[in-house]
Amino acid sequence: MPLIAPAAVRRLLKEIGPVDYIGIEERVAKYSTRSIKNASKLFGLKLAASMVDLTTLEGKDTAGKVESLCQKALQPHDDPTIPTVAAVCVYPTMVKYARRALGQNSPVRIASVATAFPSGQAPLATRLAEVKAAVAAGADEIDMVINRGAFLAGELNLVQDEIVAVREACGGATLKVILEVSELETYDNIRAASFLAMRVLRPNDFIKTSTGKTSLNATLGNNQVMLEAIRDFYLETGIPISMKPAGGIRTAKQALQFLVAVKETLGDEWLNNTRYRFGASSLLNDLLRQIEKQKTGAYQAPYYFSDAAESY
Amino acid sequence: MLTLTAKKSPRASTRAHGRPAPELIFGDLWEFDPAPETADPKLKARYELFIDGKFVAPAAGIYFDSINPANEKKLAEIAQADAGDVDLAYRAAQKSYDTVWGKMSGRDRAKYLYRIARLLQDRAREFAVAETLDGGKPIKESRDFDVPMAAAHFFYHAGWADKLDYVAPGRRVAPLGVVGQVIPWNFPLLMLAWKLAPALAMGNCVVIKPAETTSITALKLAEIFQDAGLPAGVVNMVTGFGDTGAAVMAHPIAAKVAFTGSTEVGKIIMRSLAGTDKKMTMELGGKAANIVFDDAPIDQAVEGIVNGIFFNQGHVCCAGSRLLVQESVAAEVLAKLKNRIKVLRVGDPIDKNTDIGAINSKEQLATIKRLVASGVKEGATLFQPACKLPAKGYYFPPTVFSNVTMSHRIAREEIFGPVLSVLTFRTVDEAVEKANNTAYGLSAGVWTDKGSRVLKMSTELKAGVIWANTYNKFDPTSPFGGYKESGFGREGGRQGLFDYCKLV
Repeated sequence: MPLIAPAAVRRLLKEIGPVDYIGIEERVAKYSTRSIKNASKLFGLKLAASMVDLTTLEGKDTAGKVESLCQKALQPHDDPTIPTVAAVCVYPTMVKYARRALGQNSPVRIASVATAFPSGQAPLATRLAEVKAAVAAGADEIDMVINRGAFLAGELNLVQDEIVAVREACGGATLKVILEVSELETYDNIRAASFLAMRVLRPNDFIKTSTGKTSLNATLGNNQVMLEAIRDFYLETGIPISMKPAGGIRTAKQALQFLVAVKETLGDEWLNNTRYRFGASSLLNDLLRQIEKQKTGAYQAPYYFSDAAESY
Repeated sequence: MLTLTAKKSPRASTRAHGRPAPELIFGDLWEFDPAPETADPKLKARYELFIDGKFVAPAAGIYFDSINPANEKKLAEIAQADAGDVDLAYRAAQKSYDTVWGKMSGRDRAKYLYRIARLLQDRAREFAVAETLDGGKPIKESRDFDVPMAAAHFFYHAGWADKLDYVAPGRRVAPLGVVGQVIPWNFPLLMLAWKLAPALAMGNCVVIKPAETTSITALKLAEIFQDAGLPAGVVNMVTGFGDTGAAVMAHPIAAKVAFTGSTEVGKIIMRSLAGTDKKMTMELGGKAANIVFDDAPIDQAVEGIVNGIFFNQGHVCCAGSRLLVQESVAAEVLAKLKNRIKVLRVGDPIDKNTDIGAINSKEQLATIKRLVASGVKEGATLFQPACKLPAKGYYFPPTVFSNVTMSHRIAREEIFGPVLSVLTFRTVDEAVEKANNTAYGLSAGVWTDKGSRVLKMSTELKAGVIWANTYNKFDPTSPFGGYKESGFGREGGRQGLFDYCKLV
């Protein structure tokens, strides 16, 4: 039914309004010109560190690797003023090791990518079972992928129904809905998919840019489209939705630019790790390196920072 | 629960449940530290006139102060030229035209223009800081727009200088001789480049007067002319007030005069030159309509509205100072605009994070305040975000007037400041009628997702420049100029060159 398909997205866009590609690019270019210095830089860097979902999502992940990641999450650096990260993010089979390493009352939450991550190409029953298994193993948060195939085919109700099903399977766990923006391709589609998800989410559930497994991940542009969707939805309904850009944010400088976007689009209430996260791994050590630089005036060699994790 | 098929619930119904309407908090949780640009502007204590390739003292020996509008401190002394100095400048220009520049091949003239452009790029940061100190515009604008665009104009016209045989197919072009030019204070260096580059590329010599509040970067550019080895007398700069400008416009040697400034002064100049054979181009005021249709991408339109009116504190002749928004989306546009304005940073222009800098002069600030007061008095609704303005210096917060009608003064007169008047319309025809209902016709903006509507609007709006889904975009290749009382003649592009030559 290819003729009906685009019409569904079009109808939704008519309701929520379109996005102009050039206008978005111009807007986000201004974030990159903000000059964050001294105390404001230190604040921003520590804030970003507290928002990291420290991630390892590889076929070769082992219990040992996950335990080491958890230790890093609890104590990113020798400096005690540096906060713990927000969460670790692992595959469902690794959740039990993460729980063992972090204990029951950890300040670091455990997020798990379920629903046949990253493609989502498994029967719904399988995906839901995976979600339940991850929650049972101790996951506090579930990162699901949406059914992009259904979205692009215009079966928006199916996409939304599946999100609802996963939300129900989550129980008390926080849900993060990965739109996989690079497969949606246009800013219009990203905005439409954001609304589709937000309308069935609970307060402080997340929408998330990407899996980190495709060519293009989080950019200031798609981050901005999603922040604006969250803002419009919040002002209309009063329901605050959280945001997680993931993949491709490797440097402290990038992270600060993303935070400037949050500050200027959603304001102070989103500048915390309940409302905003970074899905990243190598970002953390660059943040630590910049924090040290702010304090000592000199850049430290990479080997002064433990556990340089390389994924994403 | 809202689902895909659920209709949008209007805001009012949310409030009906007894909850307060959700708001965004743009507070001080993460304040930015000062981030001043530290490049040395290399200012002199005193700037002389630039005549015949040399810096010379004015005959009368009178100087006036140039003030930094951001803190009201004196930056430098500027020579005040009288009619005698202007006469000297014209004689030097005529001599240079007769003996050197008028005879030089286009290829050789191009070499000088390229050299000027490159030297300006080399010293870009220094010029940006000087421009910001002198004029009050945010450093990010002088750094990212004014200086690079000025260099781009020299580069573009350098490219034309050896190709003038092809600019008018079937015809030959020849320079006019000596040209007199007077430029405004809103883009001191850029307007200088707009005026000089095409004139020089065509083989004319120039006597130019910068605005009295912003002469410094012009005279710094004169230093670059010396470094570039530009022959003496090709460009002469005379600084001073209105009487100096009048002398530049009226001098008998001037084959053509070019003026950018207010419509009021433009009319005086045109009256004074009536009956002479001088060619003229005038780039005057504007009261542009920025038109937002209901199918427009609203957030990007809001961004365009902000660029349109708050760029350079609204000291822009093509500023989108009248927002025409379709009634069905007016509330949404206004709400989003207010949220956007709350995060604009008003303050010290030398700070790299400043979005809106200082108003250029005390006089201009007084004008803005007077017109804003008239808006309040005539019953328009004023919105200004809470922002701390520096104690010293000339500042004005970004201001939005809603409930404005066509008969309000703030909808008719050019304010030349960060003040937006919001009007609404219902149909396309009404939008066109309101947009064209002004004495001006310099520019306009159209925001819509419908391509055919853009084309229709562009033919019906009486304005020299029409931007679609963007605003305040400039390029040396694109001609710029007005309809009606916004002036005549074009600057930039091939069309701009024709205003500095005769066809033979």
